[in-house]
Amino acid sequence: MSLEARMRLGINAFELDVNLKVDSGEVVAVLGPNGAGKTSLLRGLAGLLPLDGGRVVLDGAVLEEPAAGVFVPSERRSIAMVFQDYLLFPHLTVLENVAFGLRSRGTARSEATATAQLWLERVGLQPEAQRRPASLSGGQAQRAALARALATNPALLLLDEPMAALDASTRVQLRRDLRRHLESFPGVRLLVTHDPVEAMAMADRIVILEHGRVLQSGSPADVTQHPRSRYVADLVGVNLFRGRASQNVITIAGGGSLMAAGATDGEVFAVVHPRTVALYRTRPDGTPRNVWEGRAVDLDFQGDRVRVRLEGTPAIVAEVTPAAARELSLDRGDPVWVVVKATEVNVYPA
Amino acid sequence: MALPVRRASRPRPAAPVALLLLAGVGAAFFLIPLVGLVLRTPWASSWQQLRSPDVLTALRLSLLASFSATAIALVFGVPLAWTFARLSFPGRAVLRAVTVLPMVLPPVVGGVALLLAFGRRGLLGGWLASSLGIHLPFTTAGAILAETFVAMPFLVITVEAGLRSMDTRFEDAARTLGASRWTVLWRVTLPLVRPSLVAGAVLCWARALGEFGATITFAGNFPGRTQTMPLAVYLALESNPDAAIVLSLVLLAVSLAVLIGLRDRWLGSS
Repeated sequence: MSLEARMRLGINAFELDVNLKVDSGEVVAVLGPNGAGKTSLLRGLAGLLPLDGGRVVLDGAVLEEPAAGVFVPSERRSIAMVFQDYLLFPHLTVLENVAFGLRSRGTARSEATATAQLWLERVGLQPEAQRRPASLSGGQAQRAALARALATNPALLLLDEPMAALDASTRVQLRRDLRRHLESFPGVRLLVTHDPVEAMAMADRIVILEHGRVLQSGSPADVTQHPRSRYVADLVGVNLFRGRASQNVITIAGGGSLMAAGATDGEVFAVVHPRTVALYRTRPDGTPRNVWEGRAVDLDFQGDRVRVRLEGTPAIVAEVTPAAARELSLDRGDPVWVVVKATEVNVYPA
Repeated sequence: MALPVRRASRPRPAAPVALLLLAGVGAAFFLIPLVGLVLRTPWASSWQQLRSPDVLTALRLSLLASFSATAIALVFGVPLAWTFARLSFPGRAVLRAVTVLPMVLPPVVGGVALLLAFGRRGLLGGWLASSLGIHLPFTTAGAILAETFVAMPFLVITVEAGLRSMDTRFEDAARTLGASRWTVLWRVTLPLVRPSLVAGAVLCWARALGEFGATITFAGNFPGRTQTMPLAVYLALESNPDAAIVLSLVLLAVSLAVLIGLRDRWLGSS
């Protein structure tokens, strides 16, 4: 089973233009900032937002292809969606909520109820079967929504920010539970989130979506080690530069240059971890290749380390110990020498 | 030691005496007629009055007509409200204005308009009579029609407001679960706007029960056929004032019951 989607849709000035392929063997998380188009992507797949162009194929069947005049309405797509705030029907009991999909698809009441009971058991909500959604905790509501979605045995499961409505205190446990339920689901699984931790914890593959475009796709490790956008670099907390490499010198697009060991020529990304950026009050002697003068514009004390944001060519973030910051008697606005060893510049093609 | 928390006594806003006097006159204006009605009620004979055949006939007809009007308003008004709330089409604003016009139109004008449409020589009336054998003016059906015309807008705007303020993502959720549009409407949309439906229906019914002008103009004033309570009250005022007062009291009680029933909606929860 797989989902292959090429989607183009516009909402006012915003345009979503995405290619996406998800196999049933993997959990894919679409990660992006607010306004990146994540929810539009899900609504498009669910048939709640008609596409302007492209083609959505689920399990070999075309769900939507505007150019060919194909549009399968939501209620006839083999999909299920877990909404951000779960949207459990407030006027129905938990059991009736879970049975809703089956009843809507024509299953007899007794059979639908039996199946719904089974799903409630599976997610551990049987004692709550006769309660109204309003009386459930956040975690219980999430499980009820999941049971409601899975009870229809869909080919594609969409989850919109499944953890966003939960307390931080219960999130870790619930994330583990959700991951377990997702693993036992045989269909195609796609979730969207703005929370990198959630994406890393739940997904086998991460798709970075920004301004309606896919910027990057890969395993969590790959994405964090080789960010291809400022958004991801900021998420992981590293310095990301883009430029042109020639004979181990990278000319950075925004000004400045970096020497790097073993860079292939051409358009590249260069990542420098803030930990590896050294700061000096006076110009240091020695072998480092990358030395330039900057100015500290912001100091952020984060427990055992201080993140120092530096202006200069290029601008960079350094991470030093509080002791080092004290020794440097570093303050906002102070000039400082920045040093990065060429071997600490991680370069990969853009 | 825990002391009972007392709300800090705020100084009352200084009220201009003239304003209070005017407010008092305003309040008295509403109170005195009620007091008059209650004081002048012939309590001793009221049960007798209520059981007189004329009163009972008017009461029965009023209930029949007002409940029928409410039922008709639900059947046609809810779809109309849904159309106004969910669809956008050219002319919607105009159509909506026409629909709620009876709320502000003098009822007697509504009655005249109904005569011109459904009367013997009306736009549709002639055709209804000749081809379907349906005569509306001066019949019970005509009284129901007149009440529906005047009362349905209350249902339409109440339900429309409910539909507009509802979170339509519940409908999306239902559709992703395989519910057809019809199922979504019956199992999700209407249950979720139930408070508006109830309020709209009650409001519509109360308005239909009190309807006078359009009814008397279009349906006339025939005891047992078109003479509803308000018409009977008006007529009895000359011949049998005690009966008029008792009937008025019944209508007042109904209105009060509606007001109390919908108090959360109109008077706030305090």
